[in-house]
Amino acid sequence: MRIVSVVLLVSGWFIVMAALVLLVSPSERFSFIVAGLLVQSLGLGLLARSFIPQRTAHLKDSFGRSQ
Amino acid sequence: MNFVVSLICLLLVPFSFAGLALIQQGLGRSRSAAHAMLGGICALSVSAIAFVLIGSGWAGYPGGPNHSFLAGGITWNWLGAAPRWGHAATDDGLYASLVLCLQLLSVALTAMIPVSTGNDRWRLRSICASSALLACGVFPLFAHWLWGGGWLSQLQNTLGLPPLLDVGGAGTIHVVGGLSALCIAWLLGPRRGKYDDGMAAAIPGHNIVLVLFGCVLALVGWTGLNMAASLLFHDALPQELLLVFLNALLCASAGCLAAVATTRLRYRKVDASLSANGWVAGLVAGSAACGLISPGAAIFTGLVAGALMTFVVEALELKLFVDDPAGSIAVHAVAGVWGLLACGFFAKSHAAHLAQLSSQMVGVATLLGVMLPLIYLTNALLNKIMPYRVDDDGDLQGMDIRELGAGAYPEFVLHADDLIPR
Repeated sequence: MRIVSVVLLVSGWFIVMAALVLLVSPSERFSFIVAGLLVQSLGLGLLARSFIPQRTAHLKDSFGRSQ
Repeated sequence: MNFVVSLICLLLVPFSFAGLALIQQGLGRSRSAAHAMLGGICALSVSAIAFVLIGSGWAGYPGGPNHSFLAGGITWNWLGAAPRWGHAATDDGLYASLVLCLQLLSVALTAMIPVSTGNDRWRLRSICASSALLACGVFPLFAHWLWGGGWLSQLQNTLGLPPLLDVGGAGTIHVVGGLSALCIAWLLGPRRGKYDDGMAAAIPGHNIVLVLFGCVLALVGWTGLNMAASLLFHDALPQELLLVFLNALLCASAGCLAAVATTRLRYRKVDASLSANGWVAGLVAGSAACGLISPGAAIFTGLVAGALMTFVVEALELKLFVDDPAGSIAVHAVAGVWGLLACGFFAKSHAAHLAQLSSQMVGVATLLGVMLPLIYLTNALLNKIMPYRVDDDGDLQGMDIRELGAGAYPEFVLHADDLIPR
């Protein structure tokens, strides 16, 4: 999941950069920039979620409980 | 550009180090207070040396030598090629020297931000290694793009967009530092006892008085940084610096009051630590625009930053299980992103608001799409080589005893944890 989320973060940036290079109209550019940021938000959310189970496992380790 | 005024402004910046260090150690546990303070100073020292030796050449300065490549019919200026080992300070003239000093102070501030996030569990040697990595590779890259004449500062010439506005380093310093803090929190995991039984336990800061004093010191340092950056990167006149100071104070005040009101409404009592964070969040958000917005817009920017910060701190702690003792992620990363966007809404620019907002969003997308993966991957790699988290004994003893051999307050037993046999 982490690799996918990092790919989404980078992909969102590429969408933004592609919009800047390929499009001319300010409104079209703006729409694609927003779309790129939304993709990045998805990636960030996934990345954040991917750390929740790992932390629970770590806690169990450090408190000596069963894994 | 006025040399004397710039120099005086730069000399004020170290107050922000003092302020940030006091906030960091005050919001942590007493058993790791000395370690938190020393960690901040070590991060500052290592990053300053590493930046001068290696990073400064890549960061460069506007109009200086650079590495560029051609793609899509556009020349992308992506890395500086200024002399390293600090030679830019002597070889490339007065302007290059002042920019080098400003970047040096900025990288030190950036490196201090994640230290508070790793409070009570981040090893000192790992703090130093991570700071060196930040100062050599991560910070210079974005600093060049924005402050060194790189592609983000040349959007007008290359892509027909107005240049990205980030006068005082909301993106360059605070979002980069805040994203580093987020990665460190992910890699370290929470403090022992933070999420016992799956519930978040409150671990209050041990000295709120120092935290609040740190806020006042931070204002002085931030003002100096904002003024110096306005002079060096936006050709502000000395008489315009008054507005920079006014906006910084208004942003901080509005941020603090927003946090006071929000915590009073939500928890029935005002939370002093969150209110202090609201003050810093206001300073961070306001540093994107500095003197480019009106005082009214500065108040609005600070209000949103302060209120937003309280919700983000709670979401990170309760929903995402991110243990960030000093709230650095919300204060620096989130408020910094809001500051960049607010600059697009309110900045007095010749460009249309939609175009300016687009530029600001390109900056945010670059921070999330390039800098965050870069910071995460480099720190994860370093964590494999040199484990960041202290061992279980250190978790029990506290970092002062474990790594420094003595507590910060040896005459007092301040916490039940201190009675644990060692």
